[in-house]
Amino acid sequence: MADESVMEKEKAPKAALDRSDPMLAITRLRKVYQDGERSIEAIRDVTFSLEKGELVCIVGPSGAGKTTLLRCIAGLLAPTSGEVVLAGKPVAGPSPGLAVVFQEYGRSLFPWMRVRQNVELPLKASGRNAAERRRLVDESLQAVGLAGAGDAYPWQLSGGMQQRVAIARAIAYQPQVLLMDEPFASVDAQTRADLEDLVRTIWARMGMTIVFVTHDIDESVYLGGRVVVLSASPTSVMRDVTIDLGETRDQLETRASPRFGQLRSEIYALIRDAKHHRS
Amino acid sequence: MKTFWPRLLATTLVPVALFVLWYVASSDSGNFFFPPLAKILAAFDKVWINAGGFGDIAISLWRLAIGFLASLIFSLVVGVVLGLSKSARDYTEPVFEFFRAIPPTVMIPVLLVVSGIGDASKIAVISFGCLWPMLLNTIEGVRSIDPVLKDTCRVYRIHGLRRLFSLTLPAAAPQIVTGMRTGLSIAIILMVISEMFASRNGMGFMIIQFQRTFSIPEMWSGILLLGLIGVLLSLLMRVVELWVLGWYERSRVR
Repeated sequence: MADESVMEKEKAPKAALDRSDPMLAITRLRKVYQDGERSIEAIRDVTFSLEKGELVCIVGPSGAGKTTLLRCIAGLLAPTSGEVVLAGKPVAGPSPGLAVVFQEYGRSLFPWMRVRQNVELPLKASGRNAAERRRLVDESLQAVGLAGAGDAYPWQLSGGMQQRVAIARAIAYQPQVLLMDEPFASVDAQTRADLEDLVRTIWARMGMTIVFVTHDIDESVYLGGRVVVLSASPTSVMRDVTIDLGETRDQLETRASPRFGQLRSEIYALIRDAKHHRS
Repeated sequence: MKTFWPRLLATTLVPVALFVLWYVASSDSGNFFFPPLAKILAAFDKVWINAGGFGDIAISLWRLAIGFLASLIFSLVVGVVLGLSKSARDYTEPVFEFFRAIPPTVMIPVLLVVSGIGDASKIAVISFGCLWPMLLNTIEGVRSIDPVLKDTCRVYRIHGLRRLFSLTLPAAAPQIVTGMRTGLSIAIILMVISEMFASRNGMGFMIIQFQRTFSIPEMWSGILLLGLIGVLLSLLMRVVELWVLGWYERSRVR
């Protein structure tokens, strides 16, 4: 019940949004890095969009410019052309409606602050009052299963727990869109399965819109409602695959189902082709 | 606290043993330049505790504190600005390298001419000497802040003073403290040397006076005093470190 109020808050910004507009729209995004005389085209042409409440995974061969794409969506990097529109507003820098969970969990937390302070800092910056901050921090720590760890320092926690803190910080911020950049790439397999289920749970409970970038095909099929498959660099969208595995996923049953295997093979084949067609 | 007494014993054993050895070995010394420790201790009591020497200690430490703190504040302000701006670093770096290469002691005659033989010239020399390690370490500490933490601040729109106190200063603190430690030891050296040149008071002045008047036990007592003050100041520095960098040291141990 404590988590419900986080859910309600999440719905609030929707009012401004037309029902037919996507929550996040990336249109003809192109990114060219200029390095002196040389220019490197990282992203050629990427277009896709997310409805409110969707969980979409982005996969691609290694070096496919996934991180570049995510940084453009987050407003950390200006695209060369094309645009990103978040809840009807073009993104021109980090937006208050967006949170990011970075891959490097150990480096994205402030080691001089306790877990609670880490989660609370963005809320202070966005001007919430003390009572509201306390409530949001408690609720989000509880949601990620760290209710008792608020007074620890991040470096006293395991890698999986640190990433939970980063997730708690993101959901306490109540973003309209949550970006996750290969968040589980460097935790062990068991922790990873737990964290995947945590993402599904939080997503289902809070109705959040999530973009989940990964290089792991199985993970993308297991988590996503859709999987956007990227080509090798210079990147474009190869295919947008709908994952019809139902709402509830289970590490054993879902992964063992024939449909999971089919989807997995389909995406695997696409990515293998993408690697071979690299010019 | 189980380890407190063994550790205290371990850290004091060698100094105490050396002291006793010195005391015993020098007890019947007839050498004019190496008097018995007993005589030095008597001189210590006479000069620094009972006579006016206490005032000289205070004056020296005051100069040290002002010079060191002025440089610290300057390094924090300028170091943060330069650490955050690549173009500002490009302009200033060659100049800093030049100034850092100048031995601070050669500035003493210059500053004597400019600011006289009073406190100002001593403070200026101390400041000038301890500025560079503190400034350059602050710049480096701020420059090398983890880009993931910077991105985190950008994403969560943490700006201005909140960013300064939540990210910039704590992240650079280990480097800043390293600079302070180096800066402090340079400052102590310059405190003494600046007082050995045209001066009327201070510990350095007293020691050079004793040397010139062949008051050898008194001279040695001054050297002993400087050693003790150095130890006390480094203990003080250690307290500051534990206070500012407690998180850092404990995260390192793991």
